[in-house]
Amino acid sequence: METQVKLTKLATCAGCGAKMGAGTLTKMLEGFKTHSDPRLIVGYDKSDDASVYVLSEDQALIQTTDFFPPIVDDPYLYGKIAATNALSDVYAMGGEPKLALNILCAAESMEDKTIREILRGGYDAAYEAGAIITGGHTIKGTEPFYGLAVSGFVHPDKVLTNSGARPGDVLLLTKPLGVGILTTAAKAGMAEGAVMDRIYRQMATLNKTARDIMVQYPVHSCTDVTGFGLLGHSYEMAQGSGCTLHIQADQVPYHPEALEFADMGLVPDGAYRNRDYAQPGVRVCREIPLALEDIFYDPQTSGGLLIALPAEAAEACLAELQKQIPQAARIGYVTELQDAAIKLE
Amino acid sequence: MERTIDCRGMACPLPVVNAKKASEELQAGDILTVLVDNEVAVQNLQRFASHKGYVSTGEKKSETEYTVVMTITGAGTAAPEEAIACHQDTRRKGMLVVLSANTMGNGDPKLGTALMKAFVFALTKQDQLPDTILCYNSGAYLTCEGSESLEDLQLLESEGVTILTCGTCLDFYGLREKVAVGGVTNMYEIVERMEAASQIIRP
Repeated sequence: METQVKLTKLATCAGCGAKMGAGTLTKMLEGFKTHSDPRLIVGYDKSDDASVYVLSEDQALIQTTDFFPPIVDDPYLYGKIAATNALSDVYAMGGEPKLALNILCAAESMEDKTIREILRGGYDAAYEAGAIITGGHTIKGTEPFYGLAVSGFVHPDKVLTNSGARPGDVLLLTKPLGVGILTTAAKAGMAEGAVMDRIYRQMATLNKTARDIMVQYPVHSCTDVTGFGLLGHSYEMAQGSGCTLHIQADQVPYHPEALEFADMGLVPDGAYRNRDYAQPGVRVCREIPLALEDIFYDPQTSGGLLIALPAEAAEACLAELQKQIPQAARIGYVTELQDAAIKLE
Repeated sequence: MERTIDCRGMACPLPVVNAKKASEELQAGDILTVLVDNEVAVQNLQRFASHKGYVSTGEKKSETEYTVVMTITGAGTAAPEEAIACHQDTRRKGMLVVLSANTMGNGDPKLGTALMKAFVFALTKQDQLPDTILCYNSGAYLTCEGSESLEDLQLLESEGVTILTCGTCLDFYGLREKVAVGGVTNMYEIVERMEAASQIIRP
């Protein structure tokens, strides 16, 4: 378990907290020339998790990539978490990952065995997902990062975008929040080992189980809750769907330790960026402690799926999810567009 | 006494870490000034100050220069931490459960396995949950992939129960990478936790 190099010391940002803000990114991509192709059914104009291109009547290709600097000192665990996070976007589209490429930047100070362990973590995650890593690209740099470019497949009629939520839907979330705050607390040397073991294990858990269960139900919309936090991703879903998402603050699962750390000011930069981005669309309808709001804006690395499906199906789906993922929870519901895109209730 | 610490150029969470350290060395009535270079650090420091019950003010001097000034108060005046009642804590302080085998009692191992599964399940149904569960020797199997008690233990963990498995035991049984719930511990921590417990339950 012990490693020589303190991997996280090589990184200035932790995990998905390193993600560029959603607002900045949208502005940056404005006005570029692109070909239009009717077979590209989900492109970057949709701010979705991945792009989807129809290949034939019964097959569409999903493509996505994700990488970030070390979030944990154990190189194997870091590799596994980074790969799990990258694979997640395919699950969020309702698909199954099939092929992947490594994207690795190694710092000069890293030993070969450390790099090998990172990759071993990535291969184990891909293996568990049923995907094959076919190659990749590795460079040397000052600040390391690792992730995957992933291709997956889905039936064109079964694509789950983040813009399909409808009034009457119920919202489910499959992993507790607070991961960004807790990794920040770990960087500060304040989070206990046993707590962090739980967090790292959660981050290294694929959303495969959640996806495999979800696709058996008439799900309208899905996204994975990652760098933009619960409210950032909910905001995208609300805007894309033209609905209001009602989030019931006391139903949202989170790691209880995160509340204390947020209260102490161990809130990652990303949470502030997410707040700047989503807050204009959020109406807080009851008294919520600032620390709990921080948790809702907290960037998640390899977070869970946010699923919108009709109320009639939600109960059975949640019961099925909870059999394998006890922390899965119903966190709110969807209505016609009201005075705000998101209402925290 | 007044003290100023310069945290410019430091990435989150270092300004808070340094402010915490500095504040612990100061007395009630002392003033701590923290220099930082970004707005996020200001907000985090103000969260820290209000967590400690300190009065603080943040000021922007220029685009890259901000100050947060906090007046240190005595330890007793910190804001109460029980203000948030969203998660009710059902753990009983000092209650420790030791699972020293993957079976319960002496006799037929098949029965012992079924009893242990029922014991862990029953544990999840108690009004007051233990603080900590320690697993050692063949008890290590309980926290690993393939364990029939895994879901119950995960549920307990999600309720805030600390679950720890002996690392030596995991290595002995070749289970190190199979752990699926809780953390890994060593004999020192096992001894310390047992010493600190007010109540030890052994099925």
